[in-house]
Amino acid sequence: MEYFIQFSKAFFIFNLVMGFMYILTWLERKQSALMQDRIGANRADILGFRLLGLFHPLADAIKLFTKEDFIPPGGNRLLHTLAPFVAMFFALISFAVIPFGGIYSLGGYSVSLQVLDLNVGLLFVFATMSMGIYGFVLAGWSSNNNYALLGSVRAASQMISYEITMGATIIGVLMIYETLNLQEMVLAQGETLWGWIPKWGIFLQPLGFILFATAAMAETKRVPFDIPEGESEIIGYFVEYSGMKFGMFLATDFIETVLAAALITTLFLGGWQVPFLGSDGFFFSGELWVALSSVTVMFLQVSAFLLKVSVLCVFMMLVRWTLPRFRWDHLMRLGWTIMLPLSILNILITALILLWIR
Amino acid sequence: MAIKQVERDLTFRERIYILEILKALRLTARHLFRNLFVHIAHRFGLLRRLRGGVTYQYPEERRPFSPRLRTLHRLTRRQDGSPRCVACMMCETVCPAHCIYIVGGEHPDPQIEKYPVRFDIDLGLCVFCGYCVEACPEDAIRMDTGKLEFSSYSREGLIHDLQELLSRSTTPPKR
Ligand code: SF4
Ligand code: SF4
Repeated sequence: MEYFIQFSKAFFIFNLVMGFMYILTWLERKQSALMQDRIGANRADILGFRLLGLFHPLADAIKLFTKEDFIPPGGNRLLHTLAPFVAMFFALISFAVIPFGGIYSLGGYSVSLQVLDLNVGLLFVFATMSMGIYGFVLAGWSSNNNYALLGSVRAASQMISYEITMGATIIGVLMIYETLNLQEMVLAQGETLWGWIPKWGIFLQPLGFILFATAAMAETKRVPFDIPEGESEIIGYFVEYSGMKFGMFLATDFIETVLAAALITTLFLGGWQVPFLGSDGFFFSGELWVALSSVTVMFLQVSAFLLKVSVLCVFMMLVRWTLPRFRWDHLMRLGWTIMLPLSILNILITALILLWIR
Repeated sequence: MAIKQVERDLTFRERIYILEILKALRLTARHLFRNLFVHIAHRFGLLRRLRGGVTYQYPEERRPFSPRLRTLHRLTRRQDGSPRCVACMMCETVCPAHCIYIVGGEHPDPQIEKYPVRFDIDLGLCVFCGYCVEACPEDAIRMDTGKLEFSSYSREGLIHDLQELLSRSTTPPKR
């Protein structure tokens, strides 16, 4: 039974992420179209049903799978094949520690809706994200192509610079919640400040939220920060990739978008918490409360998590289709001379306030 | 390579960047939600007059043409249905692309001198200049069919003959 619960949680989150990825490829087309007063891809149909173009990702997948898989002569066959798998694996594995629901007692078992209950959950996410860079570096290096190599160097330097900001930003979050375990962090966000403001990260760490969101967007390597790829003019690390291996890099981008959204949700938007919803029902101040069964609460909280992640994904798409790409020196200047000092300032301010409160 | 430095006078508001980003996001989000609203309304058959995008869904929906647009040629007919063309070769002569080929024959009616036995236009060469229409003394050739699709799998398929040209009709320009 233990194994069954564990397996079903992993199954759920894996399919959830893959489903999100599928929808995001559709959303990218449709949302950008609507934002630019276009209509967007709507021609792929199955038996005459078009469903607003929802079959286009399917058609994409068929196209990518049937394309030739080309390995450049002089490239390293093993590493060239391995690179997309490395990139995608580490993006997917990070979801193991993201809590998508609280702790419920179902049929005598206490189920925590988080695949891997790690004490160092947050560090685990950061470790996997840094490991993911290997995929992109290997892709550029094993292609035997100087442009690809330059692209992967850009990817590595960008991701390392922004990871520092990210790391420095979450120190503020850590100081407030005093735990690295993501589930405990979300539980701590269920409390309220002065009785009515939920103790979410965004209210306690507004500056940290903006910095973290920016850095997380930079980690996804999507448009305002897409210098590693530069799909329209400068060439990126996957220039020598074709077929589904190329598709896996694209999928990795979308998975990282979902990951960034899930992380921002978990750290700053209260994870699966619904305001005023406790483990046995809504509880407003004083006499006002609504009792709910455990399963209903679970359903509500998981949906809240999904809703927050979806809204953030839409928001990130909005940013992606609004802002033009940074220039390389602007990107580096933003990362090292603005974001990093601000995040250290954030730590200082948080520390001072905490000292003052205690 | 000389580098040209462009001095920009950015106000403090523009320098901190984040407010300007929010302004840009407001603009794009307004388009997004307006179009989303219009599309949803269309699903329920409402607000048909508003367009949710500037796209024309081409094969099903066509952009309205200007009435003076030069489209595929057609040969006009007399009352009795025979071609109005008298094979005077005016259009063949004036055609800058040399893409009209006419063979004239003697017409049984003594009032009319000749009629075209063959009348071929090679659309692979035609530049749609409309000179043939201008030159014709009999108003026998016109470019008002409103059709623009004439692609073909072979070069021969682009040569349109007398019967084909006669069979076309005009489509009144839609507004
Ligand atoms: S439109 Fe111009 S090029 Fe075409 S057939 Fe007439 S005269 Fe020739
Ligand atoms: S100019 Fe008019 S009448 Fe003369 S050959 Fe051409 S189409 Fe016929």
